[in-house]
Amino acid sequence: MDGTSLGWWGVPIAVLGGAIRVSTPFLFVSLGECLTEKSGRINLGLEGILVMGAMAGYGISYLTGSPWLGVLVAGFAGLLLGLLHGTVCSLPRVNDIAVGIGLMLFGTGFAFFLGKPFVQPKAPTLPALHLGDWASSPQIQAALQINVLFIIGLILALAMSWAFRNTRWGLVVRMVGDSADAARAMGYQVNLVRVLSTAVGGFLAGVGGSFLSLYYPGSWNEGLSSGQGLMAVALVIFARWRPLHCFYAALLFGGASALGPALQSVGVSSGYYLFNATPYVLTLGIMIATCSPRRNLAGAPGELSVTR
Amino acid sequence: MSTKLLNPSRRELLKAMAAAGVVAGVGPAVTSRAFAADKVVVGVIYVGPKDDYGYNQAQAQAAAAIKKLPGVTVIEEEKVPETVDVQKTMASMIEQDGAVLIFPTSFGYFDPHVIKMAEKYPKVRFAHCGGLWNEAKHPKNSGSYFGYIDECQYLNGVVAGYATKSKKLGFIAAKPIPQVLRNINAFTLGAQSVNPAITTQVIFTGDWALPVKEAEAANSMIDQGIDVITMHVDSPKVIVETCERRGIYVCGYHANQAALAPKGYLTGAEWNWLTPYTVHVKAVQEGTPMNNFLRGGLKEGFVKTSAYGAAVSDAAKKNADGVKAKMMKDEFVIFKGPLKDNTGKVVIPGGTAYKQQDVVLEQMNYLVAGVAGKV
Amino acid sequence: MSSSAVLPVTGTRPAAFPSDRLRRAAEAIVIPVGALLVAMIVFGAFMSMIGKDPLEVYALIYKGAFSSGFAWQNTLQRAAPLILTALCVALPAQTGLILIGGEGALVLGGLAAAVIGHALSGGSPMTVKIGMAMAAMFVGGGWIALAGALRHYRGVNETISSLLLTYIAIALFNHFVEGPLRDPASLNKPSTMPIGDANMVGHIPGMDVHWGLVYGIAFCIVAYVLVRHTVHGFALRIVGGNVRAAKLAGLPVGILILVSCFLGGAAAGLAGMAEVAAVHGSANASLIAGYGYAGILVSFIARHNPLAILPVATLLGGIAASGGMLQRRLDLPDATVLVLEGIAFMVILASETLYGRFRMFQPRET
Repeated sequence: MDGTSLGWWGVPIAVLGGAIRVSTPFLFVSLGECLTEKSGRINLGLEGILVMGAMAGYGISYLTGSPWLGVLVAGFAGLLLGLLHGTVCSLPRVNDIAVGIGLMLFGTGFAFFLGKPFVQPKAPTLPALHLGDWASSPQIQAALQINVLFIIGLILALAMSWAFRNTRWGLVVRMVGDSADAARAMGYQVNLVRVLSTAVGGFLAGVGGSFLSLYYPGSWNEGLSSGQGLMAVALVIFARWRPLHCFYAALLFGGASALGPALQSVGVSSGYYLFNATPYVLTLGIMIATCSPRRNLAGAPGELSVTR
Repeated sequence: MSTKLLNPSRRELLKAMAAAGVVAGVGPAVTSRAFAADKVVVGVIYVGPKDDYGYNQAQAQAAAAIKKLPGVTVIEEEKVPETVDVQKTMASMIEQDGAVLIFPTSFGYFDPHVIKMAEKYPKVRFAHCGGLWNEAKHPKNSGSYFGYIDECQYLNGVVAGYATKSKKLGFIAAKPIPQVLRNINAFTLGAQSVNPAITTQVIFTGDWALPVKEAEAANSMIDQGIDVITMHVDSPKVIVETCERRGIYVCGYHANQAALAPKGYLTGAEWNWLTPYTVHVKAVQEGTPMNNFLRGGLKEGFVKTSAYGAAVSDAAKKNADGVKAKMMKDEFVIFKGPLKDNTGKVVIPGGTAYKQQDVVLEQMNYLVAGVAGKV
Repeated sequence: MSSSAVLPVTGTRPAAFPSDRLRRAAEAIVIPVGALLVAMIVFGAFMSMIGKDPLEVYALIYKGAFSSGFAWQNTLQRAAPLILTALCVALPAQTGLILIGGEGALVLGGLAAAVIGHALSGGSPMTVKIGMAMAAMFVGGGWIALAGALRHYRGVNETISSLLLTYIAIALFNHFVEGPLRDPASLNKPSTMPIGDANMVGHIPGMDVHWGLVYGIAFCIVAYVLVRHTVHGFALRIVGGNVRAAKLAGLPVGILILVSCFLGGAAAGLAGMAEVAAVHGSANASLIAGYGYAGILVSFIARHNPLAILPVATLLGGIAASGGMLQRRLDLPDATVLVLEGIAFMVILASETLYGRFRMFQPRET
C-alpha cells in the first residue's frame, strides 16, 4: 500500500469533498424554494427549472465562451419559468402542486429538446478556488477545491437570513406567506408578491442547475438530474424555512450522495444500489421525523398548502 | 374572488370549431418524405441519444457512413426503450417506411423483442448488436454482430501499465455483465503483462448513464491514489473530462474522446461498426443470405484503437504495437490458463487457451486476480 | 338567456334539473377539449418558430397514431399501461391526495409478479396468472398505501413522499433483480427467474395488443362505478371535498385514505404484472420505462375521472406512437413529444380556472 492512498480515511474525505461539490445545486434550489414558500406558494417544478438552467447555462457558455454568462442566462431562464408558475398559480382554483408537476414535465421536455445540439460539444466550465493548497495530500487538495458559486450560496444564505428578519421586503414576504388577509389589509398585493418570489426562486434554481453542467459533473446530458429539485423542496421543510439551515441541510445531502461511490472505492461493493439510495431514504426519514399531522410545523408559513 | 363571467359569442365559438375541423381534415394527404422504391431502406434504432460521445454515437457514425452508399436510405430513431415500444418501432419502420434491414443496437432489444418481430416479418432482416444468436432457438432472418473490443482494452491496459506511477488503475463500469467483465479482465491482464503487481479497482454505478455517479466514482478513485482510469458506460464523456480536470490519465472507450482530454488521453478502445454494417447492407443489395453470427476483432476491422496521446512513452508504444501486430495475425491469446479469479478460484486451468471466438468467453462471470471488486 | 321569463307559480326546479346536469357535463367536456386545442395552437406556434410546418407535424401525428389499423394498435398498446398507472393517481385524488408514485408501485408489483410466477410455475396457467396478479396488486397497493399512511398519520406531504418512495422502490428493485433474486442464466441482462412460456399472457385475439389493455379498461370501469355510484365512493369524495366535514360526519377518514391509496397502487402493480407476464417473461431493468410518470399526466388531463382516463390515455398513447414518425420523417428529436405533453399539461391546469365562469354553463336562474 503506497503513501498516496488513504485507505478508509478516504471515505470521510470523499464525503466531505462530495458534500461541498454536490451540495451547491441543492443549496441554490433550496434557497430559491425557501423564498417561494415563505411567500406562501410551493413550487414543485424546480426539477424542470434545474434541468432547464443546466441546459441554458451550458449552451450559452458554449456559444459565447463565457461560463459566467451561462450562469446568468440560466438564472434568467429559471426566472421565466418561475414567472410562468407564479402566474398560472395566481389564477383562482388552480392547484399549485399540480402546476409544479406540470412545470417539471414541461421544463424537462423543453430542456431536452433545445439541448440536443449541446450534448456533444465541450463548453468552458467555471473555475475553482484552490483553498486546499496548504495540504500536502492531493486528496485533501481536491476535496477543498471549492467553486465560487458555493461561496456565493453561503453568502446568499446569510443575506437571506438577515433580510427576512430586518428588511421591509423580508417582512412583506413573510406576512404574505403567513396571512394573506393581513397583507391585503395593509395594502400589499398578495399575488404580485408571490409571483415575484416564485420568479426569484426560479432564478436561483436556474443558477443551481447551471452549476451541474458548468462545474460538476461539468457536462450536459439528459441524465444530469435525478430528483435533486424535489429533494430540495423536502430540504426546505427539514430546514424549517430558515435559510442558514438550508445551507447545512444541503451539505448533509451532498455528503449522502457521495457515500455510495466512496464506499465502493474502499472495497465495500455489495448493495451499491442501496447505498446510492441513501439521499432519498435520508430525505424521507427526515420528513417523517419532523412532520406532524396535528400541530402546524413550527415556522411554517401559514398559507402554505403543503402543511394544511 | 372575482365573479366576472366570460361570454364568448356563439359565432366566435363556431368559427373556432370550424378551424379545428379543417386542421383535422387535412390529415393523411400530407407526407414529407417519399422513399424511392429502388432504394434499400435500413432502419437503425438507438437506446440513447446519438451524440453521446459513446456507445450510441459509435453506431450512429456507422449509420452515417452507410447513408453515403449508393442506393441506401437510412431511417433512425433514438431513445427507444427496451420495452414493447421497440417492437412497435421496428414494426413501424417496416410497415410505414418499408425497411428491409433493421439494426436494433441495444443489447436488451434482443430477447424477446427482436425475436418476436423476426418471427412476424420473415422477409425482413434483423441484425442485432451483441445478442447471443443461436441457430436452434432463433429465427433465420435474425442475427447478431459484435466486436472483440476486449482486445483493445488489453492494449489500453498495456499502455496504462507503462503510464501508471502508483500501480493502481481504475475501471468505472455500469453493471457486472459478461461483456463488461471481459473488458475489465482484459484491461487488467494487459497492465499486468507490463507489471504483475498492478491492481485494478472497479466501481459499478448501477446503470448505463448516470453522469453524477460516474463523476463521483472517478473522484473517489482518484482520492484513493489511482492515476489511470478507463470505463464501460454508455457515455464516457463525464469521466474523461473529470480525469482531465484532476490531471490523471484516461483511456477511452466506444468512440474517440481525445478531444476532451488533450493531456491525459492515452489511447482508446473504439468500435468500427461500419464493417459489420457494410456486410449486412451488401448482403441485402446482392440478395445473398444473411450472416447470422458476425464476430470480429482488430484483425477483421470490427474494432480499432485511438491514436496514442502525447503522454504515451516510446516503450509503451513499442510494446503495444507489438501485441497489436500479433493480434492482427491471430497469434495472441488473452484468456489462457492457468488463470485465477480474485477469490482464488482457478477459472482457466493450465494448458487451456480460449481464442477470441470461443463462446465460453461470452459467459464470463468472474474478475481476475488483481481486480478489487465483486461480481 | 334573459331571466325575465314568466315564472309559473309552482317551482321549476325539477324540470330544469336534467339540463343542469347536461350543462355540467358539457362544461366538463368543452373546457378540456378547448384547452387541448389551445395547447395544439401553442405547440404549432413553437414548431413554426423552429422552422417546421405545424400542419405537417399534426398530420404526421395523426398518421402515426390513428390513420390505420396498424397505427391504432400501436396507440392502444402504448395506452394500456397508462390507463392503470393513471388510476394510481386518480383514485387517491378522490380523497384529495396528490400522489405521483405509480412508477414505484409498478416496478415492485412487477417484481412480485415475477417471483410468484416463477414459484408457482408448475401449476395451471390460470392459477399462476391469478397468483401473479394478486401478488402484484398487493405489493403495489401496499407501497402506495404507505405514502397515504405517512400523509394521514404523520402529516408528510404525499407528493414528495410518493416520489421519494419511487426512487427507493427502483433502488430496491435493482438490488434484488441483480442480487438475491437474479437468474444465474441471465448473464448479460440481469433478470429474475423466468415465469415460463406457458404462463405468459397473450394477445387479444385478432389484435396485436396484449390483454393488459383489457385489465386497464376493466379496472377503470370498476373504479368509475365504485367512485360515482356507491356509498363507499361517495364517502371517498366527501373526504376529498372537505376533510373536516367528513370527520364531523363520522367517516373513518384514515381508512378511506388508505383504501383509496391501496386501490390506486394495486392498479399500478397490475400494470407491472402485465409488463412482466405479457412482454418480458421476467422482471428486469426494462420494466423501469416511465409509465408511472406518463400516467400522472393522463390522470390530470382526465381530471381524475376514471372513465375519462380511457380516451385521454388513448390520446397520449397516440402521441407517443407518432413520436417515432416525427423522428424519422421530420428529423425532430424524441423530446418533441415531451414538449407537446408539457404544454398540454400546463394549459389544462390553467384552464381549471375557467370552470364556473362561462355564463352558458351556469345553471339557469329560476
